[in-house]
Amino acid sequence: MEKLRRSMLFMPGNNPGMLQDAAILGADSIILDLEDAVSLTEKDSARILVRDAIKTIDYSQVEVVVRVNPLDTEFGPQDVDMIARVKPDTLLIPKADEEEIKLVDTMLDKIEKEEGYLAGSIKIIALIETAIGLATVYDVIKASKRVVGVLLGGEDLTSDLGVSRTREGEEIFYARNKVATACRALKVDSIDTPFTDTNDYEGLAKDTAKAKSLGLTGKSSINPRQIEIIHSVFAPTEAELKHALRVLEVMKEAEKEGKGVCSLDGKMIDAPIIKRATRTVEQGAKLGLIRDEGGAT
Amino acid sequence: MKTILGRELPAYIEGYGEVTPFQGAFSDAEIKTRKAVKLTSVNPTDRKVLDNLEQVFDKLNIKDGMTISFHHHLRNGDHVLNRVVEGLAKRGIKDLTVAASSIFPIHEPLVEYMEKGVVTGLVANYISGPVAEAISKGKLKKPAIMQTHGGRARAIESGDLQIDVAFIAAPTADTYGNINGVYGDAACGTLGYAISDAEYADITVAITDHLVPFPACPIQISQVFVDYVVQVESIGDPAGIVSGTTKITKDPVALIIARRAAEVIKASGLVKDGMSFQTGAGGTSLAVAAELKDIMLREGVVGSFASGGVTGYLVEMLEQGLFKTLFDVQCFDLKAIDSYRNNETHQAMSASMYGNPHTKGAVVNCLDIMILGATEIDTQFNVNVTTGSNGMIMGGSGGHSDTAAGSKLSIVVTNLIKSRVPMIRNEITTITTPGESIDVVVTERGIAVNPRRMDLIEKLRMTNLPLVTIDELKIMAEKITGVPKAVQLLEKIVAVVEYRDGSVIDVVRAVD
Amino acid sequence: MKITKVAKAGTLESNDILIMVMPNESGKVELELESIVLQQFGDVIEQVILHKVKEMGVEGITIKAQDKGALDYTIGARVETAIKRAF
Repeated sequence: MEKLRRSMLFMPGNNPGMLQDAAILGADSIILDLEDAVSLTEKDSARILVRDAIKTIDYSQVEVVVRVNPLDTEFGPQDVDMIARVKPDTLLIPKADEEEIKLVDTMLDKIEKEEGYLAGSIKIIALIETAIGLATVYDVIKASKRVVGVLLGGEDLTSDLGVSRTREGEEIFYARNKVATACRALKVDSIDTPFTDTNDYEGLAKDTAKAKSLGLTGKSSINPRQIEIIHSVFAPTEAELKHALRVLEVMKEAEKEGKGVCSLDGKMIDAPIIKRATRTVEQGAKLGLIRDEGGAT
Repeated sequence: MKTILGRELPAYIEGYGEVTPFQGAFSDAEIKTRKAVKLTSVNPTDRKVLDNLEQVFDKLNIKDGMTISFHHHLRNGDHVLNRVVEGLAKRGIKDLTVAASSIFPIHEPLVEYMEKGVVTGLVANYISGPVAEAISKGKLKKPAIMQTHGGRARAIESGDLQIDVAFIAAPTADTYGNINGVYGDAACGTLGYAISDAEYADITVAITDHLVPFPACPIQISQVFVDYVVQVESIGDPAGIVSGTTKITKDPVALIIARRAAEVIKASGLVKDGMSFQTGAGGTSLAVAAELKDIMLREGVVGSFASGGVTGYLVEMLEQGLFKTLFDVQCFDLKAIDSYRNNETHQAMSASMYGNPHTKGAVVNCLDIMILGATEIDTQFNVNVTTGSNGMIMGGSGGHSDTAAGSKLSIVVTNLIKSRVPMIRNEITTITTPGESIDVVVTERGIAVNPRRMDLIEKLRMTNLPLVTIDELKIMAEKITGVPKAVQLLEKIVAVVEYRDGSVIDVVRAVD
Repeated sequence: MKITKVAKAGTLESNDILIMVMPNESGKVELELESIVLQQFGDVIEQVILHKVKEMGVEGITIKAQDKGALDYTIGARVETAIKRAF
């Protein structure tokens, strides 16, 4: 069973205190940020600190993602070169477009070979935050086998589009939809943009629910206090779990009796329903919501 | 000789006397006596009000070597202790023992008097700031005696701590000596730490900046215990007395610790109608209170009481009907003071009623859940709240040992590592509270339960909480920080740490 | 190898260490260390700093370090950054 990716927490890469605590803050993935969270004069410092943090700190409980600088800056390539060699789980590539992803893929091929790492072991998440990136997101994902997900960067995207970023998020409705669709088509994760008002928990819950309802599979965060709400939104509800378990039960019985089709509550259970139920139960199991006997807790 | 915890102690300490080593939290079971108090009767024609402090000193005939006492309800805004000691120093008095329930940074002038020999002894439950540093550096002639809140009351009532003059800072006093803490510019709420002093000192003086005609209302300390009353310009600075409102921490790691502590409490089965709860005033402790409040609201639980130093947060819980009453030994903020003044279910308790082990039952005995802090913890669950990791005095038990001993479930909430120093050690610098009183240690990286509490371990195993042994916690910390070298201290004993019952649980040695 | 100028890295924030390096005349490695946990970890911190300097092959360098409880990985990283900035 793969690790969950419901939440991805941004952590400033030049802050040792935060790097030390990152793994215990409850997020599924931590994004050690060398880009926006680090000033231009400290890029070198952050790079070296993050490199050493990955080498030393026990991050086994989380996915370690490093957001490098854009590849067309002086910092980006240096980031990839230094960081990839200490084998983070994933690199988050900002301003991602097809070309950028292909470039990183090639760089990683080379580094993995030099370091003797399993080819393809370092993954990529594409940060879609430009109009071109959004317009070509399907191709961006396809650009490399390493791409395991897309993170939607709402602030930079709306800036590129020349529109305002609002609490309600209407302006990123299309972007969310498009990203969710492309990711689902290529079977990768889709992570929503952060909710930036860290004191507005109600707004966060609404925003996260909206993202989930449009098909996104997780949400990024800029503050650890947001993690709990994000997880509760992405967790299957008790009702959803119970239903899913019943679906699988009915299906098992039908199989035992040699029946080809089965129904529950008057509705036929076909492949898509079974698929969704299986996913729900798997998520529930990962979250420890299901007791051994198979009932929901 | 050794205490039951294995600490080596001398049989006799210069400036302190014979040492009775700690033998267990409830080892002292003999019959106790309260001391008889000598007093001078006050007749119908006598007047208690004196014109100024100088007159008070004239009348009192304070001699070298006497013990004078103060309460700490004015906290870091207190003017009284400094005024009195200054006045006595000017008269050439020497060798005084100051028995103040707590010492704060504002009492910095004491350092000079310590150096000059005006003050040669100090008895307190909590010492912070420059005075703490000075004691750690050996500037006090006799070892300071550090007690608990309950233990100080015990010492006063039994006669172990003989007070010659109790100077009671009184936010309001009437001309016959009735005192309350709820009115006046320096209002501080309850006066829990002044009660035993007033009742048992040879002489009691009320020092007020709000003298009212007889009789005052309400009366928190009665006229029958007060010899003299004097008015001064200001007994304290309100800004230093109360902190506005105390706030819950926003630190994400502290919030995780608080959440875990709340889950431990829930799993213990103690959250039910009639439950009782106490916590400190720090940011993390308040966060635990906030979590507990959510649980109580969700489950419709009505508790019996919350106790301790009271903050606005506890007052809110009282007003929401989550507890039937509050037992208040000191008010930490304005909201608490207002509540005590206006709400009769917000009740005062003296330090003796709060935690004196030698009475017919202190409030701590009735307490279900207690949230505590620590500076160091050892693998036997012994806790240090007296000295910091560098060996310097920075606090003291306060109510720590009392509540830990009395409560059904005592939980220490703490970061596993503070500024590279691991919280869990093989041996800690000073033992304040014995491990037998500590049930659970909750950190952000794991939870350790005292092996004495198999019942708790069973209950917690059924949750998702990260249970580990205390040794595993220590190893976890050291893996991250490296193993710290022990801090080198000098031989000289600068403080004696007394347990609630007056036995000596540890000593503090001088820093280099 | 010798550094050619003064440089610093790190901060005085909790859990960090401020490292300042400068070239010296003596040709040796000189270290001035201040730390909030000097008694408990002073030896270890010194070792980490000197080890990193040696690893990078630098001599004739004076290092001033002000530690606020940094872990070893932070100390090594800040020293490396400061030295690289001083070349």
